[in-house]
Amino acid sequence: MLQQYAIIGIFLLGAVGTAVGSIVVNWLVRPKPEPKGDKRATYECGLETIGPTWVQFKARYFLYALVFLLFDVETIFLYPWAVGFQELGFLAFVEMMIFIGILALGLWYAWKEEGLKWL
Amino acid sequence: MEHIFTDLAALVAGWVSGSPQWVQTLVMGCLYLIGVLTFIFLNCIFLIYLERKVSAYIQQRLGPNRVGPRGILQPVADALKLLGKEDIIPEKADHWVFRLAPIIILVPAIMVFAVIPFGKNMIPVDLNIGVFYFLAVASTTTLAILMGGWSSNNKYALLGSMRAVAQIVSYEVPLAFSILGVVMIAGSLKTSQIVAAQENYWFILLQPLGFLIYFIAATAEVNRAPFDLVEGEQEIIAGPFIEYTGMRFALFYLAEYANLVAVSCLGVTLFLGGWHGPWLPSWLWFLIKVYILIFVFMWTRWTFPRIRIDHFLDFNWKVLLPLALVNILLTGIGLKLYQYITLGVW
Amino acid sequence: MPDSQAVFFWLLAALVIGSALAVVLLKNIVHSALYLFLTFVGVAGLYILLHAEFLAAVQLLIYAGAIAVLIVFAVMLVRRGDIRLSNLYSIHFLPALVVSLVLFALVAVAVGRQLWLGYLAPPPEEPLVSLARNFLGEYVIAFEVAAILLLSAIVGAVLIVRGRRRSAP
Repeated sequence: MLQQYAIIGIFLLGAVGTAVGSIVVNWLVRPKPEPKGDKRATYECGLETIGPTWVQFKARYFLYALVFLLFDVETIFLYPWAVGFQELGFLAFVEMMIFIGILALGLWYAWKEEGLKWL
Repeated sequence: MEHIFTDLAALVAGWVSGSPQWVQTLVMGCLYLIGVLTFIFLNCIFLIYLERKVSAYIQQRLGPNRVGPRGILQPVADALKLLGKEDIIPEKADHWVFRLAPIIILVPAIMVFAVIPFGKNMIPVDLNIGVFYFLAVASTTTLAILMGGWSSNNKYALLGSMRAVAQIVSYEVPLAFSILGVVMIAGSLKTSQIVAAQENYWFILLQPLGFLIYFIAATAEVNRAPFDLVEGEQEIIAGPFIEYTGMRFALFYLAEYANLVAVSCLGVTLFLGGWHGPWLPSWLWFLIKVYILIFVFMWTRWTFPRIRIDHFLDFNWKVLLPLALVNILLTGIGLKLYQYITLGVW
Repeated sequence: MPDSQAVFFWLLAALVIGSALAVVLLKNIVHSALYLFLTFVGVAGLYILLHAEFLAAVQLLIYAGAIAVLIVFAVMLVRRGDIRLSNLYSIHFLPALVVSLVLFALVAVAVGRQLWLGYLAPPPEEPLVSLARNFLGEYVIAFEVAAILLLSAIVGAVLIVRGRRRSAP
């Protein structure tokens, strides 16, 4: 098994190497004078940019990320169950449906309270 | 024809068979890596051409037709042009994060190919957790997009990346759930065994709803129209990639197409029988099916208008996710009934 | 290959500790979050060395893919003022030192007292299925309680966001 992951590690290094390599080639062949002045200004369709960019964002994004996280956690319980589904018997199926049902309740609550509305 | 790639691998394995174990692993790993990289680059270059041609014909234009016969060399010319471009880093950007983002986005895009069965016995690494590995590695793409958008210090870029993350994380849930039905039937996460389980019938027949959910969620995952709010040109220009130029932009572009190929490969592996098919070599069957799926992705892109973001996220949580849960329930009941009828046990 | 495993272990350990230090010491909290991502990836590598591949993938999916993003989002939500100076040093240096030393001692004692016999046993034949069997057999109550915990987290999140909306004019 560790040998398999050694190959995965080679893939990781190879992917980084490919990306870095193409940027190095770009560095070798591109025009040498460093871009300056307006070229390095923030691009906003020709207008001057007003105010800072890194400002407070709305809480809605956070809620989406949080609901996603909870269902993601559900995923990790579901995958082992799905692999063993045919050996685990009927009781396990019912138990898992109760598990999903409880989380579906949460989804229903968020829906009812308009927690999932964008605006 | 069937065995050219496996014979090649066996040849190289024969050369190094006398050397220590770690040399063998290293050589074979590098061989697989070269194979996968060649596959990705050739496909991406061809896909850029194909996309422009398909979109042109759908819109009754000719598309690229000057460089080479029928414009086939256009993407090569584009790539060479991008290679010689200046590397502009905006003055106000967060320099190191800005430089790193295009590198990091390419890493998961290449790594996911490690578990794809390209043909009979042509799978680089047959991990026990194959499909789950694909999901786990692909989930790190969001961070690279967030890095690119945040570090640009540009309002469009930041908005685009925030949208991208909201979109990708939302659609990851139905994507993961749509695959569960297949895993339940095959009883394994190994991609080789999932393909082997489809010898007689493809899983699209048993999981039509699962395939539909997978297709929609995958379209959203790779940010393609009608779900390309991330780079909605009319609102936020190019989203997270707005400040990128030259090779760094090309890397984002490459990763986008590599991701398209990856989700198509996974779709074929899970639902369309993988490399199974009569007469032709298995890897050719795989390639044909992948291209059919990619063509459907392109067809969708150039047919439907972009959807509004509130509708889009509503659709995910209120339609797609409940449907995915129902799909799991139905698959479970169906499988248990089948077990009861054939084996007499629950 | 026990030796090469040790080499990889020390490399990964250095990566994890180095990036964890960067998380604490960097002044820009977004950079801290990115180093946190690196820490998570390193821990996933450590899990693989322990033959726990499913756990490694979970680490990548949940922590690197979701928690890191969640932290960046949370930072952007509460951020006021200059983000480049958002993770400054705490003024409560002494209490923090005491708390972390006590915590470290506790963990060290717990680790030292454990007999690591499980490490010697071979990994189970089908780790995923035995995991599911335990979840849905012996530990089924804890399993369903976990669902209720997740449910309460969803309810809490919805309440927080709704509260914000009500307070707005």
